[in-house]
Amino acid sequence: MSRQATEDVSVRIRRLRARAHRAELLRKPLTLASRGAGRLDLSDRVSRGWSTLPRPARWAALALIAAGCYALPNFHPPLINTPGSDFASVLFFPVAVYVLVAIGLNIVVGQAGLLDLGYVAFFAIGAYSMAELGTKSHWNFWEVLPVGVVFAAASGVILGAPTLRLRGDYLAIVTLGFGEIIHRVANNLNSIGGPRGITNIPHPPNINTAVIHFRFGVLDPKPYYWLLLTIIIVVIAAVRRLERSRVGRAWTAIREDEDAAELMGVPTFKFKLWAFAIGATIGGLAGVCFASKVISITPDNFVFQFSILFLAAVVLGGSGNLPGVIVGAVVVGYLPERFRSFQTTRYLWFGAALVVMMVFRPQGLLPARRRQAELRDVAIASGATTGALGAEVPGEDLFEGGDR
Amino acid sequence: MAFGGVVALNDVSLSIPEGSIFALIGPNGAGKTTVFNVVTGVYQPTAGLVRFKSRPLTARPVPDVVARAVPPFITRRIYAGRARHKITGLGVARTFQNIRLFSEMTALENVMVGADARHATSVPGAVLGLPRHRREERQGRERGMELLELVGIADRASATSRALPYGYQRRLEIARALATGPELLLLDEPAAGFNPAEKRDLAALIRKIRDAGFTVLLIEHDMGLVMQISERIAVLDFGQKIAEGGPDEIQADPRVIAAYLGVVDEEVGP
Repeated sequence: MSRQATEDVSVRIRRLRARAHRAELLRKPLTLASRGAGRLDLSDRVSRGWSTLPRPARWAALALIAAGCYALPNFHPPLINTPGSDFASVLFFPVAVYVLVAIGLNIVVGQAGLLDLGYVAFFAIGAYSMAELGTKSHWNFWEVLPVGVVFAAASGVILGAPTLRLRGDYLAIVTLGFGEIIHRVANNLNSIGGPRGITNIPHPPNINTAVIHFRFGVLDPKPYYWLLLTIIIVVIAAVRRLERSRVGRAWTAIREDEDAAELMGVPTFKFKLWAFAIGATIGGLAGVCFASKVISITPDNFVFQFSILFLAAVVLGGSGNLPGVIVGAVVVGYLPERFRSFQTTRYLWFGAALVVMMVFRPQGLLPARRRQAELRDVAIASGATTGALGAEVPGEDLFEGGDR
Repeated sequence: MAFGGVVALNDVSLSIPEGSIFALIGPNGAGKTTVFNVVTGVYQPTAGLVRFKSRPLTARPVPDVVARAVPPFITRRIYAGRARHKITGLGVARTFQNIRLFSEMTALENVMVGADARHATSVPGAVLGLPRHRREERQGRERGMELLELVGIADRASATSRALPYGYQRRLEIARALATGPELLLLDEPAAGFNPAEKRDLAALIRKIRDAGFTVLLIEHDMGLVMQISERIAVLDFGQKIAEGGPDEIQADPRVIAAYLGVVDEEVGP
């Protein structure tokens, strides 16, 4: 080829490349194609923004959010208000209760990676402990609370000890069975109420201090909500601490590669059992609070459907990511109540909303990075990518890892 | 070590002298990684015994007296081989032939998981933020950074390990294994996929590890590297040990040459 011709070709190649690059940058408005960072979507930007905030600013933001949550039942915001049911009551159950349950289930499913399809069992054990001890003995809420929590934790250990040597699907089936066992026992054991359940569960004692006057009665759901919110905040703080410690690292290692973790000295059985126990504790805690507000519980409050609903909250929100599962639980708890005006079809709409969510955002609302990466890998492995530069294939991560 | 009808290791006996670099070589499928798996407790050997510093790692034979008195499901538990994480706790650490890092954790976090093997705090300590927990976290982080510097990847300490270049990932595995505080380090093909410069660096690193007091058992296919750094070599073929000795002996051994070595390449050298 002549010199002029080769120059023409190289100029043309350069122009084509520049055009492709420009086109790629303009392609999707919700993503940032920054050099060296690959694609960022909304949740990534949120988490990056959050991590660049200095510590005092973060504490201030969290305090603001907490204050907002405490103040919420006093307002009836127009769009998110729930017509057809009391907003403050809905905030307690199902929203706050589901949030606490989701935090607990997140430890089992999201962090340790143990699929648990019977989580409602721990919720039930907490609730029944409160119901039984509250009605049969004369203990008040605060005395029953630790006992109920201990029962739930013990049940977590009892379930986990023989079964945690199983993995994956087998563990899921066993936990499913356990959920059913608890439900059937509650239904058939007449000494704890049988199918009729337990009624007249006492409320927590009224708090009458100089600063706060809380009357825990049938009329006002707000003190319950505030109590549960406080418990949630304490639990979040504890769980965060665990996440950042060797325990959280061990759970992540177990989830990623259990055999390699064991060979690196992680006592996997011990930490899996801890995950179960802690998850059960938090579930039981939610159950105790739930029982003391609703006053009467029946076995139908603890059917398998709720286990799946709890799991949906975790997966929808972003399995493994604490803020994510909180958002997921709020959505799963809140939406059916919001759709109450649709009467009989509200669960249809709710189900449709879940399906739409999973189709368009399977990694969850606020996914943990890992989950996004996992789903990307699955997509690539099944050939579901589009070929264009940077469109669906992750830019750097994949190729850098394989570079030799 | 037999898997059903397949005998992966047939009467293989190895004795690794403390503080040495011992290489295990042989064709693919000879059973070298199986040796590692038996030593680290991934498999329980169908026959034989593994001892580390005169402590048994595998299931001990049940004495006749006990076997007659106590039912097998109890004796199996009592005389069982050690759990894998306990073996690591005794001082045996390994890397993997196909890299098995925790891909979503950063490099530093990967190494800290290794360092956690020596830490005593558990859930209560972590939740309450006890002083011992905070101290162990800090020590783990420092040790992690030290080890990352030792293997030379400290510049990418907070990169997610799946995003690291291949060479960095291999070295991260070594750092993670060292973090568990071992005395015996098992390296499974640490130089796979390395170019000659990286292999030289790796040789220097392994020598440095040995000089720091560790014992290194090495599986490797690169003969140049093996002959350069090993003090003793054992050769496996079809699950049997066909030779053992120093580098010169092995290179001259006709059985080894027939099975595996081939002609010495001028470039790589003896």
